[in-house]
Amino acid sequence: MADTFTFELVSPEKLLFSKPVVMATVPGEKGEYGVLAGHIPMITTIKAGVIQIYAEEGTTVTERIFVAGGFAEVTQTRFTVMAEEAIPVANLNRAEIQEQIKTLDAQISAAADASEGDREALRVRQDVLAAKLQAAA
Amino acid sequence: MLFPLDRRPIIGQKAAMPSLKDLKNRIASVKSTRKITSAMKMVAGSKLRRAQESAVSSRPYAARMARMLSSLASNQSVSEETSKLLAGTGEDKNVLLLVLTSDRGLCGAFNGSIVRETRRQIRQLESEGKNVTLFCIGRKGRDMLRRDQASKIVHAIEGMGRKHLAFADADTVNAKLMELFEGGKFDVCQLVYNQFKSAISQVVTVKQLIPFPIEKAPANDSAELPVDEFEPDEKTILESLLPRALAVAVYAALLESAAGEQGARMTAMDNATRNAGEMINKLTLNYNRSRQAYITKELIEIISGAEAL
Repeated sequence: MADTFTFELVSPEKLLFSKPVVMATVPGEKGEYGVLAGHIPMITTIKAGVIQIYAEEGTTVTERIFVAGGFAEVTQTRFTVMAEEAIPVANLNRAEIQEQIKTLDAQISAAADASEGDREALRVRQDVLAAKLQAAA
Repeated sequence: MLFPLDRRPIIGQKAAMPSLKDLKNRIASVKSTRKITSAMKMVAGSKLRRAQESAVSSRPYAARMARMLSSLASNQSVSEETSKLLAGTGEDKNVLLLVLTSDRGLCGAFNGSIVRETRRQIRQLESEGKNVTLFCIGRKGRDMLRRDQASKIVHAIEGMGRKHLAFADADTVNAKLMELFEGGKFDVCQLVYNQFKSAISQVVTVKQLIPFPIEKAPANDSAELPVDEFEPDEKTILESLLPRALAVAVYAALLESAAGEQGARMTAMDNATRNAGEMINKLTLNYNRSRQAYITKELIEIISGAEAL
């Protein structure tokens, strides 16, 4: 039996996941990485992507959750991901996301003369949606 | 509903005394008021439960955020490079008060006490020679403060979380706050809100938001290794984490305030319902007394009329 550690996924609204797992991979800012028990303590930022949870020994992914970015903290006993938005991949709806991308695209072209900050915010949302669409595939 | 009795003229009654019909109408109107207040009480009660639930479920995130921040900040010494959100602008001349009130009334002293505290803060800060500006969330607070502090209000938001208070609401507030801060409009930000103690007690609390107060990690926490790896670097993480932490603090306050509002309304409506009940009892007593007096008088008239024959 492989060592396990507690993986926690929290969004500002609630605690979404808190169970012992064998491994979890998260989309770090500088590339996806996996965490096993006994990992060195670290703090990273996370970009939009899919978290994969391996609850039991073996190579099968037991749960796939899409996050829209956030932070991750690894301590000796815990791995905490603080996500801004988290949806299980199974609940993602491709058509809906495509619809959202379309409206966002329209917003972006409409906001051509908006302030730099506003356009930046829209671009960030565009990236998140693109990642979401990819996750839903 | 009118009874024939009401239509009969009441003979020999003093002008100040309400007629039977008046009393009857009065009782009916107080009864319908009681119905409304007791319905509002029940609505507030169920909303309170929901508000409390979401306040509780938001706690894990806030707790973890605080833990992460403290482990980040304790690793980093305050220097020129530290984010202004943490270190402050080096001045404390301009103070922004973020005032949290409700959009709707009928909740007792909920908004009044916030406004009173805000005015007290303004007086105190101004006596210290500081410039005070106000950022109002909630219609009631804005309306009350606009009477005497209109020039100080820089921004006001209303209709927050009408259906459900989402984190996005806190984000909107936060975005505006950051915009004002980066525009150099204030150095220190304080939050005035009602902290939810219980359904019958809300405590007006003043909390500092900017510069962001960080609880130092307990030193005896030797079981945990200090965090020594960061990706990207500490400074970048801290910089993206701080605005989030701020939004989380705002969100927590919004939730507390929302729960407090429902609690205050529930108590206020409970009192109103009880008062209406008492009033109905008194009025009914009055009504019965005048009705009896009227009947007695009529009987006397009939008897004395018969005797005269």
